[in-house]
Amino acid sequence: MTQDERLDREPDVHTWTGRARVWMLKKLPPDKLLPEDQPSYVASWIYVFGMGAIGSLLIVIASGVILSLNGPNWYHISALGHFVNSLHLWSVELMFLTMVVHLWGKFWMASWRGGRALTWITGVGSFAVSIVAAFTGYLLQTNFDSQWIAFEGKDALNASGIGAWFNVSNLGQMFMWHVTLLPLAVGAIVVLHVVLVRMRGVVPPIDAAATDSQLTGVPATATEPTEAKVN
Amino acid sequence: MNTLLLAMGDSPGIYLGWGVFTIQLGNLIIILTMLALFGLALVLPFPGSGGRK
Ligand code: HEM
Repeated sequence: MTQDERLDREPDVHTWTGRARVWMLKKLPPDKLLPEDQPSYVASWIYVFGMGAIGSLLIVIASGVILSLNGPNWYHISALGHFVNSLHLWSVELMFLTMVVHLWGKFWMASWRGGRALTWITGVGSFAVSIVAAFTGYLLQTNFDSQWIAFEGKDALNASGIGAWFNVSNLGQMFMWHVTLLPLAVGAIVVLHVVLVRMRGVVPPIDAAATDSQLTGVPATATEPTEAKVN
Repeated sequence: MNTLLLAMGDSPGIYLGWGVFTIQLGNLIIILTMLALFGLALVLPFPGSGGRK
């Protein structure tokens, strides 16, 4: 009996918590969430860049928390403050750099194949939300640069009609967006992205033979969901 | 003065131009680095992959 069949027969599932548990164990059993092995085609540097983006994001968040707890009077004046501020900026640069190489890799592998559209879409979402987060970050420098960015940006936002509410020259408002809502949004969408990768498994190479022993149990073409029976 | 402005991050930066095309040096460096990393990721062998499934 497969785990699926076992789950289907689980007795006494009549509460939403029980149904949620069965649903989650079916969609993402623990051995798929935290696997020990990956197919041989994953042994390439191109697969490292997603983790590179996650690693950079963790440094971004940690340094950002230190900046917020100490405040601008600290990070604009003290040497250690300058260092943490620079660490925050450069880990953002590193995150975008790794994210773009990751995106190029996934584009040329057509990694949206086999029911992975939502993985791709949450990737696009991570990119978009990260750009807004970086933009609000640049607005917090309180120098001529941030003033310039705000006053160039406001025209575009006003033209779209959102400027009266999302006011880039309102420093207090941009501060709040940058340190609360946007980090939470980036974090949430990245978690969703990675969970989706784990649910589907890594996409087989475009030219993988349908008979490849690593893909057995997989439908004849790589364009079908790898875990068709589970989903 | 110019170096000071650069260090403060308040300068317009260094721009390179060919005809109608201009690009800021920093942006050019980042783009070339990304292209180099992409190329290297495809050609460099991944360590520890020998003999395993
Ligand atoms: C904050 C940004 C991002 C993070 C932290 C991130 C993280 C990851 C990680 C860790 C993986 C699995 C390992 C790997 O293949 O590298 C992955 C896979 C994937 N990513 Fe991203 N990613 C980000 C942005 C993007 C973007 C911008 C796209 C494309 C628009 C994208 C598309 C994909 C796809 C399609 C997969 C699945 C590949 C497969 O199933 O083989 N990601 N991502």
